[in-house]
Amino acid sequence: MTAPALLLVASALFSIGLFGVLARRHAIAVLLSIELMFNAVNLAVVTVAWSRGWLAGVVLALFGIAITVAEIAVGLALVLLASRMPGRVLLDELSELDG
Amino acid sequence: MRDAAFWSLSVLLLGAAAAVVTARSLIRAAFALAGSLLATAALYLLLTSPLLAAVQVLLYTGGVLTLVVFALVVAGANEPAARFRKPLPAGMLALAVFAALASAIGTLPAGPGVGGLESGRDVGLALFGDYLVPFELLSVLLLAAVFGALLLARRERAS
Repeated sequence: MTAPALLLVASALFSIGLFGVLARRHAIAVLLSIELMFNAVNLAVVTVAWSRGWLAGVVLALFGIAITVAEIAVGLALVLLASRMPGRVLLDELSELDG
Repeated sequence: MRDAAFWSLSVLLLGAAAAVVTARSLIRAAFALAGSLLATAALYLLLTSPLLAAVQVLLYTGGVLTLVVFALVVAGANEPAARFRKPLPAGMLALAVFAALASAIGTLPAGPGVGGLESGRDVGLALFGDYLVPFELLSVLLLAAVFGALLLARRERAS
């Protein structure tokens, strides 16, 4: 178990999440893919912190987790709001968000 | 032993992630996401950071899974006929990003690192010592997120 191998796994996870964000149509599926990308970034931060012995990386990962949970709460509230609109929750049909 | 655990956890993590982005049913995608978050927590354990693993399981996996399942129940998990929109360019872009990241990782110096993190006590001391101001700002952010989510839900109900 080396740091480059872990960073490669984190990059693969990030790319899978990026594909999901770009390609999925349902808003909740896009939010789940964003979670995957956040998770990959956290894994990379903790890997670097582990390989260098930096405690600040763990603190940064903790802040990242808290901010991510706050973000998904607001994001899911937006999805609930969008689910009452005629365009429903398919992102390519939600094209009239100009108020 | 550690290597075997690392490789099996990595396969589990990437397989669950692939299931998240390809699953037709959103409930299955949510539980696959929980699986990949749990695999990440086990990787944190391997990275000698048990506090982070506990936070990942309790706060991240539990919180995100609860929120997503709740939203799916309320908003209705009506899957569209087509899951993807233009999957080929998206896949090519994702592959290009992975290739760029992998080539950047290839240039890293391969020297042996320290390979260890401190215990939860030191993390707590750092949080309430050096990082006290960001920690308190984080509570303001969480309060703003709670108020924002409540405001959005409320406006929807009033209209």
